[in-house]
Amino acid sequence: MVKTRRIITTLLRLLALGATLSATVVMVTSHDSADVLNLKFSAKYTNSPTFKYYVIAEAIATGYSLIVLFLSSKSLVWRLIVILDVVIAMLLTSSISAALAIAQIGKKGNSHAGWLPICGQVPKFCDHVTGALIAGFVAAIVYLVLNLYSLHAVLSPLFPVKP
Amino acid sequence: MAPQSGTEKPMFGYGSISCKAKSRWSWTLVGLRLLAFLATAAAAVVMLLNKQTKTFVIATVGTTPVNLTLTAKFQHTPAFVFFVVANGLASIHNLLMVMVDLFGSKVDYKGLRFAMIAILDMLNVALVSGGANAAAFMAELGKNGNSYARWDKICDRFGRFCDRGGGALIASFVALALMLIISVISIVKVLKSNK
Repeated sequence: MVKTRRIITTLLRLLALGATLSATVVMVTSHDSADVLNLKFSAKYTNSPTFKYYVIAEAIATGYSLIVLFLSSKSLVWRLIVILDVVIAMLLTSSISAALAIAQIGKKGNSHAGWLPICGQVPKFCDHVTGALIAGFVAAIVYLVLNLYSLHAVLSPLFPVKP
Repeated sequence: MAPQSGTEKPMFGYGSISCKAKSRWSWTLVGLRLLAFLATAAAAVVMLLNKQTKTFVIATVGTTPVNLTLTAKFQHTPAFVFFVVANGLASIHNLLMVMVDLFGSKVDYKGLRFAMIAILDMLNVALVSGGANAAAFMAELGKNGNSYARWDKICDRFGRFCDRGGGALIASFVALALMLIISVISIVKVLKSNK
């Protein structure tokens, strides 16, 4: 049973690593430019501080997943890992929700504030950002499932206390 | 002779720790939860009542000015609506947990008490963090605008709306820090009680 638990957690962490890595890479490589009325209109992820924060948060989560994957299960820091998992899950949910809020304005605009949507002028940028957001959303959900599984496995009396 | 029941505590089982008199740790936890409840409730209420109306004179026809009345409400932005909903749900959760801590020692939880508390705490931390950060970046956009996307800032015209929103955001971030500490304490309690 210990082996099953270890296989499931390793699989979940691999999935989270893949999702965060792809979210970072896709967001960094998203850029598009268009000429509207003789004005050059270029969109990059650095134009918005929200997307910069998104890239930084996903990169931190990628590094953390990589480090924890190579950690042996017999080490004494597994309790710290459970707590750090909660912190990283919080970081991921915060970055994805902030990026979703700004991306929603970019797509639909905000008529009350007089903000026009920009997806009509730079469609490639919008598609790239949508892909990165989907990957980030998957990563956040996988980390939440990982946390619930760790807590459940620690609590269930069928499993031994140390993994 | 049978061992005295007052000197030894049963070390197994989930509900056993709450049977004896409350330790100092438990009172700290209840105090933190009360503070987190007050912070989330304050954030939700302040953002809920956030509204500012202003009349602008945009033209003068003859001698009569043409007025335009604009209102800034929190419902205009989906991020702020999510902020209010997330903080409302988190404050209900904190209130429930305070009730369970204070009055719930007689209810039978079937051994799941610490598990449910730790899991629910973790879920609510994720919820509040999502709401607070979405509203924070939306407020930053309203304060600075975005020159690349040709979006004007709105805080120079609706100053009071921005100030109140900022106050609600600060309360929510304080609540987030408190709830993170509470969640870590709950998880440590669960890990300890399973030794």
